[in-house]
Amino acid sequence: MKTQIGATALEQVLRDAKAQNRAALIGYIPAGFPSIEGCKAAIDVLVAAGFDAIEIGYPYSDPVMDGPIIQEAADLALRNGVKAKDVMATLAHASATGAAAVVMTYWNPIEQFGAESFADAIAAAGGSGVITPDLSFEQAHPWKESATKAGINTIFVVAPSTTAERLQKVTSITSGFVYAASLMGVTGTRNSISNSAQELVTRIREVTDLPVAVGLGVSTPEQAREVARYADGVIIGSALIKELLNKGLDEGLANLKKLAESLASATKGAR
Amino acid sequence: MTVTLDTGLFGPYGGRYVPEALIAALDELAQMHASIKDDSIFAAELEHLHKTYSGRPSILTEAHRFAEHCGGARILLKREDLNHTGSHKINNVLGQALLTKRMGKKRVIAETGAGQHGVASATAAALLGLECVVYMGEEDTKRQALNVARMRLLGATVVPVTAGSRTLKDAINEAMRDWVTNVDTTHYILGTVAGPHPFPVMVRDFHRIIGDEARAQVLELTGALPTAVLACVGGGSNAIGIFYPFIDDVGVRLLGLEAGGDGLETGRHASAISGGRPGVLHGARSYMLQDDDGQTIESHSISAGLDYPGVGPEHAHLHDIGRAEYWPITDGEAMEAFSLLCRTEGIIPAIETAHALAGAMKLGKELGPEAVLLINLSGRGDKDVQTAAEYFGMV
Repeated sequence: MKTQIGATALEQVLRDAKAQNRAALIGYIPAGFPSIEGCKAAIDVLVAAGFDAIEIGYPYSDPVMDGPIIQEAADLALRNGVKAKDVMATLAHASATGAAAVVMTYWNPIEQFGAESFADAIAAAGGSGVITPDLSFEQAHPWKESATKAGINTIFVVAPSTTAERLQKVTSITSGFVYAASLMGVTGTRNSISNSAQELVTRIREVTDLPVAVGLGVSTPEQAREVARYADGVIIGSALIKELLNKGLDEGLANLKKLAESLASATKGAR
Repeated sequence: MTVTLDTGLFGPYGGRYVPEALIAALDELAQMHASIKDDSIFAAELEHLHKTYSGRPSILTEAHRFAEHCGGARILLKREDLNHTGSHKINNVLGQALLTKRMGKKRVIAETGAGQHGVASATAAALLGLECVVYMGEEDTKRQALNVARMRLLGATVVPVTAGSRTLKDAINEAMRDWVTNVDTTHYILGTVAGPHPFPVMVRDFHRIIGDEARAQVLELTGALPTAVLACVGGGSNAIGIFYPFIDDVGVRLLGLEAGGDGLETGRHASAISGGRPGVLHGARSYMLQDDDGQTIESHSISAGLDYPGVGPEHAHLHDIGRAEYWPITDGEAMEAFSLLCRTEGIIPAIETAHALAGAMKLGKELGPEAVLLINLSGRGDKDVQTAAEYFGMV
């Protein structure tokens, strides 16, 4: 496959997946969870199982978009003493595996780090971009500028309630992929994928040619397969974390490997 | 005046830092809020409730004996403690509950720290036939057990929040999570002038009645505007309510009193402006307590209602442009003022409010007998009797 000049690793893996007529598989894990080293080991497991991209969560004290599982993981990571430099080191580790790597973070840690410095640090760690779930379009301008200058992707989240007019606006400042929240709610595992997910993907495709990845509540191989039929990317978070919560690291990693492999085969064999 | 209506910015503060899923609901709310401005029917409905239900206008009480401890300055108390449910909180809650009905929603949620906003929300929900769920940090449900019972008596569901520090900030997180999930059927009655636009503007507009009334009452009583207006500041709703109508009266000093806890130098306090720096918390940019990485730092105050690491964005702006001042008041100073008001005026104030009274004792001594100090007596202290009795070793 031809590598396009100037493309981020994220853009490249999404293009490769598309060329192979499959959805890309994207995994989320907070830096420092279950420990700083344990997190790196978990990333290795995911990449070995076939994950195309890794989202490194920046653990934050007030995660209003997250359900109980990610809250608990982030809380544990903060108690492990995770700082900005650890997030960047984890990102560098993930990039070095050959997978595309991005950071997902609430806005305040970026603002306190300094938007320009943060974007530069992401690029320096080999990261492809940043997902900013609480940075509204109206407030996004300075960040967009810094990220563009650093050559990294700005990934914004849209929701089933996002109007057509707003989808246009938000996707106009998005790069890499559009993060489609499958439902109205917070992160966490669900018993089924909401119908609103596919409708949202269809509406996004009407306004942009960017790849669309679906996240929030995608947790089982069956659900991953369902989403992989119509989306360009499948994002798994809480379900991965659940395997590592309240377990010894070795047992957790073994369970994670099993789940990751079945998610990968479901996603890649969906079409 | 200081606000651009479409984005809710106060200088560099305010705005919206929220999940995209909430934007449509915030837009709807902003539109609703704008539409009631010229709506005489809504105004009449709200005024009727103020007059016949919550007991407005609240009176102005001159505190002669307390004034002796304030350098002899004239002390005028705006008696929001006499409102139904015991604090200024009812002003905002009645307005938002009426808006909820207008939007055709049947369920309201609220966060509460001390329990005053939760009780007010439960009250309005009972009155208007709405389902009500109140999120309260588990730590606060223990500190304010009586208010938990009050909310339950009023038919509300109280959910103890066990995440994070288990206090007000975590209750707000949990309420926002509920709102993201149930936004089609649910309105979030945010209890202070913080949060994403339009909350800071809307909550201020529902509370400005405090300042509008007080300004006229002081003029009638003294023939002039007050020297200074004082109020305690946690999120800052009672303060913005009484400050707002005075903002253009540039000769009137505006003084907000933040919770200084054990003292700013100890790091154990809740003074977002005096002891914090700008950042984003709960959907808006303002001053807040945070570490180098932008992680929120837990606040400390004897007063559950001021025990919050952030502050409303309009206060941040008023501070930066020099229109209002913000001083920290320690737990000890607040409790001294609390005790003094009880003994000199026969009024037991909320411990939150006692911070404003302590500010008056300081400012009065600085300005002397010529000064007229208007203080927002934002709440009564029934809920604090246990805390105060323990503090003073009476039980």
